[in-house]
Amino acid sequence: MSNTDQGRIDCRHIGVVFGSGDARTEAVEDVSLTVEPHEFVSLIGPSGCGKSSLLSIVAGFTKPTRGTATLDGVPIRKPGAERGVVFQQYSLFPWLRVRENVEFGQKMAGVSRAKRESTARTLLGLAGLLAFENHYPDQLSGGMKQRIGIVRALAANPRVLLMDEPFGALDTQTRTVMQEILTNMWQRFRLSVLFITHDIEEAVFLSDRIYVMTARPGRIKAEIRVPLPRPRTPAMFDTPEFVELVQRLKNLIREESLAAMGSELASGGVDGFSIDMGPNGVEEML
Amino acid sequence: MERSFDLDLDAGAHALSAPPPRAPRARRLKVPAAGDARSLGVKTALAGVSIGALFLLWYLGTRYRVQFYIRFHDVPTPFDVFREAMHTVGSRQFAANVGNSLRRIFAGFFVALVSGVALGLLIGRYRIVSRLLMPAIEVLRPIPAIAWVPLSIMLWPTTESSIVFITFIGAFYPILLNTVDGVESLDGVLLRAGRCLGASEAQLFRHVILPGVLPNIFTGLAVGMGVAWVSLIAAEMISGQYGVGYYTWEAYSLVNYPAIVLGMITIGALGLLCSGAIRLVGQWSMPWLAYVNGARK
Repeated sequence: MSNTDQGRIDCRHIGVVFGSGDARTEAVEDVSLTVEPHEFVSLIGPSGCGKSSLLSIVAGFTKPTRGTATLDGVPIRKPGAERGVVFQQYSLFPWLRVRENVEFGQKMAGVSRAKRESTARTLLGLAGLLAFENHYPDQLSGGMKQRIGIVRALAANPRVLLMDEPFGALDTQTRTVMQEILTNMWQRFRLSVLFITHDIEEAVFLSDRIYVMTARPGRIKAEIRVPLPRPRTPAMFDTPEFVELVQRLKNLIREESLAAMGSELASGGVDGFSIDMGPNGVEEML
Repeated sequence: MERSFDLDLDAGAHALSAPPPRAPRARRLKVPAAGDARSLGVKTALAGVSIGALFLLWYLGTRYRVQFYIRFHDVPTPFDVFREAMHTVGSRQFAANVGNSLRRIFAGFFVALVSGVALGLLIGRYRIVSRLLMPAIEVLRPIPAIAWVPLSIMLWPTTESSIVFITFIGAFYPILLNTVDGVESLDGVLLRAGRCLGASEAQLFRHVILPGVLPNIFTGLAVGMGVAWVSLIAAEMISGQYGVGYYTWEAYSLVNYPAIVLGMITIGALGLLCSGAIRLVGQWSMPWLAYVNGARK
């Protein structure tokens, strides 16, 4: 689907500052990261660390205060079809049937009706959704909507896929199934993926590499390669390598969550309690 | 762990459809079932009771010549009005009145539809257009369409065009304001999705903003149609020749009481027909709305 060596995302010394004066917030401080062609890279970190800001910059929705983001060497200035985005919120067009949603990108590009119909039906078939091609999004469950969101992004033939906590709104069972579907789809298309999540197991299961971010202002705290073989299967969740890696990442994140909480508490806020921690996070901290 | 080595690289593909496709949780297409037929019967019966009660009250009031602050003394009975309708409704004169009113409504409403939607989309989308146009619109808006009648007669070369203008004024604001509101409240993620699927600004308007705002536009059209009739009838009563408003006022001048009520009923029926047509076009052009869960119990 994608050409051999296309789809390299390169972020250099990205800084993001919101507001000015007293309201000035430094969201991201000097982040550099890359996604190589055909690589699945996750970005994890405590809430508010600026991981979604980074994705938004790569998508072209916002401009960084400092630094540059490029795709295959070309600076990113605005959104474009070569960068597919899967959003956390449901973003299907409710007035279009499932197949029309999937055809949207190709329609914008002026692809003929017959060609885009066959692409859409092929992809929907792969995702097990062909039976629902004539349904409206409001007739479907949340997991199906997100699967269609992924299929729609793929159908526009992007060079990279940017995913902003796409399974964040789903229940645990649906999430697990979605992760399996996504890893299988990735195995098939081998697109470069930049994946934002706060779910550590999800990041380990899906990724080739994981960037761990610090609490605000976000910086890259660690870059970790996932040595698990491909293709990934749910059985791997129980392997020692998997468990060990998850534990290591949890410790890294917990340090950051603690730091974030410390500063939140010091400044009188309680927002820090929304950060993601292991099941024993709070007890251990206190 | 061992399982992963059993699979070659491409084998992952067949697991794509691993989760069995579940039946959609939400409502399916509305197929008339036994329960629906029963609820349709109840609905029709209630509508009959509702309208029947209206006629009964009217009949009793005129039958017993009720005088209790309001006076039914000169009010025609339903049978008087029915007799009047029998020999009027088929006449060429009456058809001309109805035809004139409908033509004025369609002309004024059509201009309001096109200009209201176009301006509404631009005002909703571009802050500069909003800041440039909204102050003038906000100043003019509180002036009711009826208050425009004298000036309108001076402004426009013919009575006909001034009536159409007043009808336009009535329909314009609801359509415009609902469209603006629709654009402003459109979920931003849909616009972002459209843009990163490669839509240009023009394509966003055509394929995302317009269909996304269509429910609001139809709300504006329904309200606008109602106000357009109010404005039209007032204008016809004051300055018109022909038209059902003119017919009703003329009946009053000629002391033809049954014709007054016939005129009123005609206005009501035409208004109902027009808003019914808008609702039908709305349902036909937005079939997806049947699946959106609102607050209706």
